[in-house]
Amino acid sequence: MMAFLQPGFELLATMGGNPFQPPSASTISSSVDQLYYLLSGITIFFTVLIFSIIFYFMIKYRRKTPNESGTETHTPMSLELTWTIIPSLICVVLFVWSSALYVRNGRPPASSTEIFVIGKQWMWHLQHPEGPREINELHVPVGVPVKLTMTSQDVIHDFYIPAFRVKKDVLPGRYSSIWFQPTETGTFHLFCAQYCGTNHSEMVGWVYVMSPTDYAAWLAGGEKTESMAQQGERLFSQFGCGSCHSGDAAGRGPSLAGIYGKPEKTQNGETKVVDEALIRQAILNPNSVHMPGYQEIMPTYAGQIDEEQILQLVAYVKSLGAEERINGK
Amino acid sequence: MSELAHGAHPQGFAHQFEDMDQQRDAGRLGMWVFLVTEILFFGGMFTAYTIYRALHLPAFVQGSHQLIVKFGATNTAVLIFSSLTMALAIRSAQTGRKKGTIIFWLILTWLLGAAFIGIKLRFEWYRDYLEGLIPGVQWFYNGPHAPGVKMFMCFYFFMTGLHAIHMVVGLGILTVLVIMTARNKFSAEYYQPLEISGLYWHFVDIVWIFLFPLLYLIGGRY
Amino acid sequence: MSTAIAELQESPAESRVNYLNATYGIKSWLLTLDHKRIGLLYLGSITLMFFVGGMAAVLMRLHLTEPQGALFEPETYNKLFSTHGIIMVFFFLVPSIPATLGNFLIPLMIGARDVAFPRLNLMSWYIFITGAALALYATLSGGVDTGWTFYPPYSAAFSHTNVVAVALGVFVAGFSSILTGLNFIVTIHKMRAPGMTWFRLPLFIWALYATSLIFVLGTPVIAITLFLLGMERILHVGIFDPAVGGDPLLFQHLFWFYSHPAVYIMILPGMGVVSELITAFSRKKIFGYAFVAFSSLSIAIISFIVWGHHMFVTGQSIYAGLVFSVLSFLVAIPSAVKVFNWTATLYKGSISYEAPMLYALGFIGLFTIGGLTGLFLAALATDVHLNGTYFIVAHFHYVMVGGAVMAYMGGLHFWWPKITGRLYPDMWARIAAAIIFIGFNLTFFPQFVLGYLGMPRRYAIYPSEFQVLNVMSSAGASILGIGYVIPLIYLIWSMRYGKPAPPNPWGAKGLEWTIPSPPPTENFETIPVVTEDAYNYASGAH
Repeated sequence: MMAFLQPGFELLATMGGNPFQPPSASTISSSVDQLYYLLSGITIFFTVLIFSIIFYFMIKYRRKTPNESGTETHTPMSLELTWTIIPSLICVVLFVWSSALYVRNGRPPASSTEIFVIGKQWMWHLQHPEGPREINELHVPVGVPVKLTMTSQDVIHDFYIPAFRVKKDVLPGRYSSIWFQPTETGTFHLFCAQYCGTNHSEMVGWVYVMSPTDYAAWLAGGEKTESMAQQGERLFSQFGCGSCHSGDAAGRGPSLAGIYGKPEKTQNGETKVVDEALIRQAILNPNSVHMPGYQEIMPTYAGQIDEEQILQLVAYVKSLGAEERINGK
Repeated sequence: MSELAHGAHPQGFAHQFEDMDQQRDAGRLGMWVFLVTEILFFGGMFTAYTIYRALHLPAFVQGSHQLIVKFGATNTAVLIFSSLTMALAIRSAQTGRKKGTIIFWLILTWLLGAAFIGIKLRFEWYRDYLEGLIPGVQWFYNGPHAPGVKMFMCFYFFMTGLHAIHMVVGLGILTVLVIMTARNKFSAEYYQPLEISGLYWHFVDIVWIFLFPLLYLIGGRY
Repeated sequence: MSTAIAELQESPAESRVNYLNATYGIKSWLLTLDHKRIGLLYLGSITLMFFVGGMAAVLMRLHLTEPQGALFEPETYNKLFSTHGIIMVFFFLVPSIPATLGNFLIPLMIGARDVAFPRLNLMSWYIFITGAALALYATLSGGVDTGWTFYPPYSAAFSHTNVVAVALGVFVAGFSSILTGLNFIVTIHKMRAPGMTWFRLPLFIWALYATSLIFVLGTPVIAITLFLLGMERILHVGIFDPAVGGDPLLFQHLFWFYSHPAVYIMILPGMGVVSELITAFSRKKIFGYAFVAFSSLSIAIISFIVWGHHMFVTGQSIYAGLVFSVLSFLVAIPSAVKVFNWTATLYKGSISYEAPMLYALGFIGLFTIGGLTGLFLAALATDVHLNGTYFIVAHFHYVMVGGAVMAYMGGLHFWWPKITGRLYPDMWARIAAAIIFIGFNLTFFPQFVLGYLGMPRRYAIYPSEFQVLNVMSSAGASILGIGYVIPLIYLIWSMRYGKPAPPNPWGAKGLEWTIPSPPPTENFETIPVVTEDAYNYASGAH
């Protein structure tokens, strides 16, 4: 008996007492919940309304003799318009409310800590910029906004943290991102929410939200690792990038100093901002980038550099301020 | 609406209808609705093609240059001419000509359609096979923009292949029409199968008229 | 010729020639051109598919009683949910009402002798069972594990299952839909009896007309989409592979361009049935005929421009999200208008509670819940949390099972006497309807809660704190399953032992009730001339 009730207790324990919602653990959780309650209220209201009217009519107008017909009623246009317009207005309100929330929730604060995620069948690889790597676990500090930049190594996955009310598909060949700011310490579910094959339901993990001091201790503890930028620097030299991207004007490739975040005009007149996606494209498919003023002679590194290493190189390029010169090797 | 007495029904009348007018209307509407479904069918493919062309234009230019314009252009002319001969076949029936005239135009249409397929198979697809330009079957292109060229060639074969299947079905329909004409099924009062088959044939022609520039003429030619 | 709904002499079905006994032998059925027999051919095929798909569901729900999975390895579970979805969507729900009730009733309701193209109609059935056979073969010879949505890259390059065979089965069956839709459009446009103007048509016809528009415009696109996927798998060319310039999201756009309108293919005919049932069992005209008719058309049209709401979390642009969200809210309005009109039809009606009416009322209630929960998903901010969870599963089962299947059962019971010439035992029918209603809610309501709690869908194993709700859902599913088996038994029983049915056992209006049960092969001795509106109950006794 107790064994049967055990999952029920677990359910309540993770609920924070409310059996109908997950823990509310991020800055946006309660506003999403509010909208959910409004929608639930509207649903319950109209369901009860329709059910009650139907029950009432069913009883009041039940057939009394076998050959009886109903009494014809006139269809007033005003009634038709009323019950067309009122639901429309409700929908307008819901649309505006939810869209405003969605747009606001979609913009990460500028001060966000960036953490990088790679999904692959059937696990999550995460890396902090300071270096530590995690598998199926994410340690973050409470009260600090975190932006996750994510890609997949194979099929489409989806990164979902119910307690934070955030979710985004993770696709191969591109980066997607979400952000959140935890408001409570604790342990929260992480799920893959896009079917990805045999062990989709095992591609799950935990998010550990810690106090800032605990987080700093966690970050510093464990194996000493290089930061992502340092790992990137090492890769930069390992793959000989500096031989063309030497940083001086005569280099065969553009200088990368301070390039991250700058808008660049490509050969066909488009302006592109140098971001993770463009750097990744330049590494894997260089002749599709079309930087003016340089010959298209950069070799492709597709097949030689994996997604994790690309992110480390991105971190390195990001770390280069405008004054840097790179020692080519 | 009058009931038709048994045994007194007009040529080609089908009994689910009340009269020939209703049958004619229904047949025409049916063929037009079918052509709309075909527009959506090819349209799905055209949409995918358009999106990839926008994303990978240089590769698609390169891919287009692998095709031989003169064969595509010849085939375009062949098909346009075949639409003319098809229309003339229908006109012959409409004006009550002898069945020999109708059959002549139908067979000419058939030959033009077969020529289209023949040119495609012998001079284009067979050559593509020899040169290794058929993705997944025989592929040894290693020029510039190889992945994008492969994508282009995929769409080239899917789109022209789908079109060719429709042409072959058209040839089958023409064969049936020739047989029906030979068996005196048509007259100036009743030639509806010819008419609606004509609609189908013209549609297949129009699809090619879109395919030709989209596939063969990207990026300017030599 | 006269038009008043005439009393027909009852004569025992056995002694009268009708479409069932006019000719005998298997060839007369397999080569029939009679729309009524073709409707029955479809009825047999889709009933089979329903129980195959239902078996998969029963196994899934049994498996999910344990957090670690009670019965199967994840690989098998994945094949089960894929099979369940593919069979139920493509081989049961899409054809159900149109191919069975639509084929049988459209000519009768408009006063015609058959559909416009009877040979095309028979060919459509053969195409359907070919596709179904391919899909069943693929299921039995190893199954498919991509989900009914077939998303690449998984389906294109990673799954080791019979993707191409199943995709081919769906592709083939799609042509059955297209040709059926074409047939219905031409029939409704061109073969209405004299005096049967558009605005005198039964609303079932309006609903099937709107459905047919979606059939002919949407289905070709899924055909091309599955073709491209099949090509990628067979030729190993990366149509949707980012590494060679492909885009997996292009697949999703193309897939949902059909599959969203497809869900309206599934519900619109059900709404048409409900309009017929509510009017017949309240014995009065529908409230707001024109509004209901135009709602069907609006739903069909708007259904084509909302597909992006399946892709809110894929990373599509915010602007695309906003546009699809507002359009998704818009498509809810005509459905709401219908629910209000049906409810208002009951006002001052003369209401009786035979099984078809119970199903119709159940539809209105459950469709209201299902439709309103769709608003949670049209709303961007909540969809982010709910997408990919059991909330979605609950939402679509409420509309598809609580809605479409209930309507199908209601229609089947309502027109059963006309189709078979037999009455079924109404007491058992009402009991089954009640069991289905209770079992359905017990199965799917807990899934709304599970979804908001965060349980993702398509999970073979799940965190133990979700077990209570899963067990509740599985208990409901077993009740629901029993509820579906009961009608199978008594309906088949009634075909041999049921009381012979009079032409109009319900006292309903409509041309189909003016002819004997079962009808003669040619439907009408003389084509009627129509002079009154649909559902004209108030004038005269019946």
